[in-house]
Amino acid sequence: MKRLQHIDQQFCTKEIPRFRAGDTLRVHLKITEGDKERVQIFEGVCIKRHNDGVNSSFTVRKVSYNVGVERTFPLFSPRIVEIEVKTRGRVRRAKLYYLRERRGKKARIQELKAN
Amino acid sequence: MSLAILGTKLGMAQVFDENGYRVPVTVIAAGPCVVLQKKSADGRDGYDALKIGFGDVKPQRLTKPERGVFKKLDLSPKRVVREIRVSADELSRFEVGAELKADIFAAGDMIDVIGTSKGHGFTGPMKRHGFHGGSASHGTHEYFRHGGSIGTSAYPSRVFKGKKMAGQHGNSKVTVQNLKIFSVDAERNEIWVRGAVPGPNNRLVVIRSAVKKPKKG
Repeated sequence: MKRLQHIDQQFCTKEIPRFRAGDTLRVHLKITEGDKERVQIFEGVCIKRHNDGVNSSFTVRKVSYNVGVERTFPLFSPRIVEIEVKTRGRVRRAKLYYLRERRGKKARIQELKAN
Repeated sequence: MSLAILGTKLGMAQVFDENGYRVPVTVIAAGPCVVLQKKSADGRDGYDALKIGFGDVKPQRLTKPERGVFKKLDLSPKRVVREIRVSADELSRFEVGAELKADIFAAGDMIDVIGTSKGHGFTGPMKRHGFHGGSASHGTHEYFRHGGSIGTSAYPSRVFKGKKMAGQHGNSKVTVQNLKIFSVDAERNEIWVRGAVPGPNNRLVVIRSAVKKPKKG
């Protein structure tokens, strides 16, 4: 049984666009530098989505200067300004860990055709 | 201020603070506790304390003398009865029959939480004391999770007291000091404590104002 549901209700109030593993996302993040605040964008493929109330999270992977970078975000974090779904990918698993061993052409994900 | 309240640990969760950072919290359903008796330093007890009751119980679960206590005060029988030490001015604020609710504490208060840790039964020294155990190779035979030598021979011809060995692990009273209250929900009688608290969910815990002054910074 899931306990402490009222906490989920209290903190999971944000509108989240529909997305799943395989989708290419643009995550708009609030970044605090000293006393200045600005928005940074982290763009990459969502390789994991974990659904568990306030504990929900998702991981975005991108290859930056030939180095794989993964960031895991709390889904309901107030520091996330916006999650933009750029493309939907056609994938056959929920967790795309296999992308870590692939680079270049092999790491491509086919785009999901709208039906 | 020095006060205490009884509660039930409901479980842990993560929430977001005002800066948007994730914070681990333990949710405790605290109180309401009802004052059953006042003890004062001037009276025959010789010290200041409140006797408080928490959680309802069926009357037939109590003995007749226990039932009598609640009947005399015209209160519903309580499952847990504990004594809490309070300062003299706190003592004067509460009368017999008064209720202690979660809002005696506020967000940001430093508290100690006293509970009974999870019981692990009779446990070997590796789990209980973090020993490293024996070697897995080099011909080791039936000596993988042992604690090693427990002392020397002719002198002292005995094992020193307090030697860490296998035995009952957990299910003992544990106090965690200087935890910070994240928030208090007076409506639901919930206290959200930053960090972890001893014991499994649904077990009784005592929340009291911190005894030691927290370190600065």
